Amino acid sequence: MITYDFLQHYWWFIISLLGGLLVFLMFVQGGNAQIFMLGKTEAERGLIINSTGRKWEYAFTTLVTFGGAFFASFPLFYSTSFGGAYWVWMLILLTFVLQAVSYEFQHRVGNPRWVSFFRNCLVINGLLAPFLIGAAVSTFFTGSDFVVNKAAMGEMNPVISVWGNGWHGLEALADYRCWLFGLMLVALTMCLGILYMLNNISDSEFSVRLRHRLRIVSVGFILLFIASMGSIFLSDGYAVNADGVVALENYKYLHNLSQMPGVSILFLLGVLLVLVGLSLALFSERYYSKAVWPAGVGTVFTVMSLFFLAGYNGTAYYPSTSNIQSSLYLANSCSSEFTLRVMSVASLIIPFVLAYIVYAWRSIDRKPITREELATAEEKY
Amino acid sequence: MDTALIGWSRAQFAMTAAYHWLFVPLTLGLGIIMAVMETLYVVKKDDFWKQTAKFWQKLFGINFAVGVATGIILEFEFGTNWSNYSWFVGDIFGAPLAIEGMLAFFMESTFMAVMYFGWKKVSKGFHLTSTWLTAVGAAISALWILIANAWMQHPMGMEFNPDTVRNEMVDFWALVTNPVAISKFFHAVFSGWEVGGVFVVGVSCWYLLKNRESRFARQSILIGSIVGVLGTFMVMFSGDKSAVHVAKYQPMKLAAVEGLENGGPRAPFSIVPGVEIPGMLSILATHDLEGIVPGVNDILSGYIDNEGNVIPSVEEKIERGKAALRSFQDYRAVRDTNAVMAAEAREALEQNMDYFGYGYLDEPQEVVPPVGLVFWSFRIMIGFGSFCLLVLLLALWFAYKDRLSGKTWFYYVSMASIPMIYIAGECGWMTAEIGRQPWTIEGLLPVKAAVSSISASSVITTFFIFLAVFTLFLVIEVRILIKAIRKGPGIDEVLPDIK
Repeated sequence: MITYDFLQHYWWFIISLLGGLLVFLMFVQGGNAQIFMLGKTEAERGLIINSTGRKWEYAFTTLVTFGGAFFASFPLFYSTSFGGAYWVWMLILLTFVLQAVSYEFQHRVGNPRWVSFFRNCLVINGLLAPFLIGAAVSTFFTGSDFVVNKAAMGEMNPVISVWGNGWHGLEALADYRCWLFGLMLVALTMCLGILYMLNNISDSEFSVRLRHRLRIVSVGFILLFIASMGSIFLSDGYAVNADGVVALENYKYLHNLSQMPGVSILFLLGVLLVLVGLSLALFSERYYSKAVWPAGVGTVFTVMSLFFLAGYNGTAYYPSTSNIQSSLYLANSCSSEFTLRVMSVASLIIPFVLAYIVYAWRSIDRKPITREELATAEEKY
Repeated sequence: MDTALIGWSRAQFAMTAAYHWLFVPLTLGLGIIMAVMETLYVVKKDDFWKQTAKFWQKLFGINFAVGVATGIILEFEFGTNWSNYSWFVGDIFGAPLAIEGMLAFFMESTFMAVMYFGWKKVSKGFHLTSTWLTAVGAAISALWILIANAWMQHPMGMEFNPDTVRNEMVDFWALVTNPVAISKFFHAVFSGWEVGGVFVVGVSCWYLLKNRESRFARQSILIGSIVGVLGTFMVMFSGDKSAVHVAKYQPMKLAAVEGLENGGPRAPFSIVPGVEIPGMLSILATHDLEGIVPGVNDILSGYIDNEGNVIPSVEEKIERGKAALRSFQDYRAVRDTNAVMAAEAREALEQNMDYFGYGYLDEPQEVVPPVGLVFWSFRIMIGFGSFCLLVLLLALWFAYKDRLSGKTWFYYVSMASIPMIYIAGECGWMTAEIGRQPWTIEGLLPVKAAVSSISASSVITTFFIFLAVFTLFLVIEVRILIKAIRKGPGIDEVLPDIK
């Protein structure tokens, strides 16, 4: 029986899936963040840019679809968070805008200064986008300063969602957990960027450097992951009862983990796969180039499970710290049953979309990129 | 209400949309042209067509990047700058945006990567399929965006729910088959074909002027002009439909477009101020000489429409809108405590719901958009669009009859028509969007009730940041396009009559 409650959970699942895919696909940002750290020569920088440059549209498109899906299924989050945490979202968008043109523009202008400028734009996007997205997602657990009053639409100058301060989202940076989450995501995307390039670039000298860099980045990631997960699981969470009343609950997210065995398994499996991926890249001479796949699947699983912890099991996924009853949970922020049903039918296209992406991806990446290919290719960045 | 906030929020959205629409039409039109060229390559097995298609694909790629960069901002600005709107109608409006992402944008971007990088990596057939899917994906993307836009112009398929305080979708099919959406889709997409055609003809004429790439230029002119002419005729056909819809659903916009103060049957069409064709507006807007076209004053004071319905004055609409808002407040106050009073309040709300949005207005004059701006935007669109059709027809004739040689005057005219078609497109959107002010959703939600609660200074800051970034992108893109055009496809095969 497909009930309204089921549809709300289904759409949170879709949002979580898109979130997981987005984080994985941000290996593009992770690779770009290290253009100057990893690329010691122009040829190597060219390898990095051409490797990530053939995939940037996927992360970009997933971000657009993630936004559209949130708008369609949980419009109160869209209106409250985007209109409230204005500066955070605007900065995220600005970095993606810079990225979108930087590949095409860098060499075509015909001036070394512009090459450097656009590559720096890629680095900025590579560092800032994961950090800000990580910080924004961390507020699913830490809360934000807003009040929601839907009845305001009856007033002459209505305001449904009001942000509580003039920092419009940047105040989240005062919370160490946002920093941990943001930096963890930067480190994760850097790891994924390296793993992707190990798979996508065939160059023994460069591979050695990539794997050497991975040692440092992966240790940083693991430490930040442990710290950020610890900070979540040891924090209070925002529980919603059957009447829609929100209350603080000690160790809510830890409780969610124990009360939802499926999510716990998904979380542990995800973490394990990421660790397997990192281990293969670091220690296996035979499989290091394949390491991106277990790590990628593990990333999707882990991110999905974190979204489940934030939104399922009677949890307010976008808590308000200034007015706890304004907190957003699935039932009070979702679209109508009719819309969710329509959208659910539309979502059946997703497996086909994933299938043709995989097919197109394999078609382009059948052979890894080499220096020789780039030296003669007409179509390159 | 902070009028500066409303003004700057509108300015930011308008600026982003205007920049976005500089890049989208070329994506729509050039996509089809390059797909036709690649099809010729596969069918004729002539390497000339491969090189020709590749050249236009290169220009397509440069243009595409800035298009998506401006597009992502537009989508998120609904949330960042129009927060009330996002909740009040997100139940309906969000769906087409999400479907666009799932159904179209992934298709467009995935297969564009294959088209761009796959020449030596995939089979001819798969590459050709990818090129077509890139073009089709762009059109499907436009379809869902225009379904969303058309719903704002002519909302349907929804009901207001005072418990959730939002409009909720009740008929998805009505949303998709909204007559305004259908005419808008064809009008916008085929205007892209006209832009693509004019662009290809103009650029190709530059090569003829420089006596370079002769075969490439002639064949490109032939394909470009065919696509452009077909597109323009469809633009005219859909424009006619669009005029009828505007007359029916947005009479104030039509009155502004025509600068019509006092209308009625046999309404005149104004070519420019002082030059009118009697009765023509009635024919265009209603397909009937005796059809009633209300003017601005008629709408303000109330009139009887073509179906005999009495349309109340704006003052009365405002009063009924305020009654709707009061009933809504009453309902919210008693809904949990007094079922009888709640039912009465809800009934009163439903009686005045058609005028809900008018309740936010203070003065009847607020429903009048900037007439001069809309009036001239429309005329520039028609004038420049028609001129470009003439250029395309000439290009088609000359190319078909192989009489392109030595027509220096035509080369210059074709090149000059490139900026003209862009101006026409921008003016088209100005007509459509400024003409519907003050409404974000016609009759339901004015801009002043839709805006986010942020400081005007924040919006001013982001406005100028995006203005600077987009302007920089535009300048660089034009520079890169010019550079790529100067370099040329390098085919350089001169036809006999040129020699």
